[in-house]
Amino acid sequence: MVEPTLTTDGEPFHWSEDVHRLLQQHQITLVSFVPDGGLKQLIELCQQDPTIRTVTLTTEEEGIALAAGAFLGGQRAALLMQSSGVGNCINMLSLPRIANMPLVMLITMRGESGEFNPWQVPMGQATPAVLEASGVVVFRVQTAVDLIPTLSGALGLAFQSNCRVAVLLSQQFLGAKQFVGGGS
Amino acid sequence: MSEKLNRREVVAALLHERSDLLVVAGLGAPAYDVAACGDSPRDFPLWGAMGGAAMIGLGLASAQPQQRVLVLTGDGEMLMGLGSLATIGTQRPPNLRIVVLDNERYGETGQQRTHTGMGVDLTAVAQACGIAHATTIHHAATLPDLRHAIHTLNDTLFAVIKVSPVTEPKVLPPRDGPFLTHRFRTALLGERVAVNG
Repeated sequence: MVEPTLTTDGEPFHWSEDVHRLLQQHQITLVSFVPDGGLKQLIELCQQDPTIRTVTLTTEEEGIALAAGAFLGGQRAALLMQSSGVGNCINMLSLPRIANMPLVMLITMRGESGEFNPWQVPMGQATPAVLEASGVVVFRVQTAVDLIPTLSGALGLAFQSNCRVAVLLSQQFLGAKQFVGGGS
Repeated sequence: MSEKLNRREVVAALLHERSDLLVVAGLGAPAYDVAACGDSPRDFPLWGAMGGAAMIGLGLASAQPQQRVLVLTGDGEMLMGLGSLATIGTQRPPNLRIVVLDNERYGETGQQRTHTGMGVDLTAVAQACGIAHATTIHHAATLPDLRHAIHTLNDTLFAVIKVSPVTEPKVLPPRDGPFLTHRFRTALLGERVAVNG
C-alpha cells in the first residue's frame, strides 16, 4: 500500500497528482469515469483542471464509444473505472480494435489481494483475461515505484501506435478497501 | 393516422444539402439509409458497437465544437445505449443532434418488436434526461424544420422519427474500420494530423 509522503510544504502528496500531470503531458483533454474509491483524488484533480472535460458515465462501455468519438475529432481521452466495470466493456472494445483507434483505460482493481467482499472476486480475477481476450494490452502496477514509468509507457503505446491499453492499479498498490472502521 | 414515413425519404430530406455536417450512423438500416444518400468521407457508419452511436457523437461533438454532429440511429440501437441519454443530458453539447429512425422493430434480425413498439417513449426519456429540444415526428411536413434545426440550433437536439417497418434494399457503406477512421479524420482534421495523431 502507498503511504502518503509529505511534500516540502508539509501537505500530503497523493499519487494521483503524478498521474494527472502525466495525462496533461500527453494532451489528454477528455476524462470519463464510473467512479471508484481508489480514483477519488484523480477524478477531483481532473474535474478541477480547466483543460480537461470530465464526463460521468452510467456504464463503462459508454466511455469506450466516447473515446472513439473524441479520437475521430482529434482529441485524446482516458477512461477510469473499477475492475468490476471491465465486463461491461467487452463488446464495445471491438470498436477501437476494429477501427484502429487508441484507448487508455486506468483501472483500480478489486477482488484480489486482501479483498473483503467476495462478490468482487469473480470479475476482479477475470479482468486481465477479459481485457487480453478483447485485444487490450494489459499493464500492472504493483508498487508506487512502478506507477509513472508503467503509465507513461502505456500512454506512449496507445497514442503513438494506436493501441488499446489498460493499466491495472493493484490492490497491493492501492490498499484493500476497509469495511470496518472507515476507509473509502 | 396517415401512412408511416419512408426511412429513405426521411434521411434524404435530412441530409439534403448537408454542407459540412458530420454523420455517425448506427449499425443496420440507419447506416444503409445514410449510404443510400451517397457515401461521404464525413460519415462514420457503424457495423457493430451497438449502443455506442450517441456516445461516439458526444465525443466527436465535444472534440469539435465548431462542427455540427448528427447521430442517425435506430430505436434498437438507442435502447441499448439508453444510459447514454443520461450522460448526454449532463453534457448537452450545443452542436450534437441525435435522430432516431424508429420503426419499432429489430429490422436486421427478423422484425421483432422493440420496446418503442410496446409503449416506451424515447423522446420522453430524453426530455427527462435534461435534453429540452426533444421531439417526436410523425409527418413529412415537419422534416424541413428538423433539417433546419440540425444546421442552426445552438443546443443539443433529440428527435424520434416514426418510420415504416418496411425493409428497404440494402445499400452497404464501406466496412473496413481503419479505412473509415482514416478517411473521416483526414476529411475533418487534414492528412497530417490523421497520419501523425
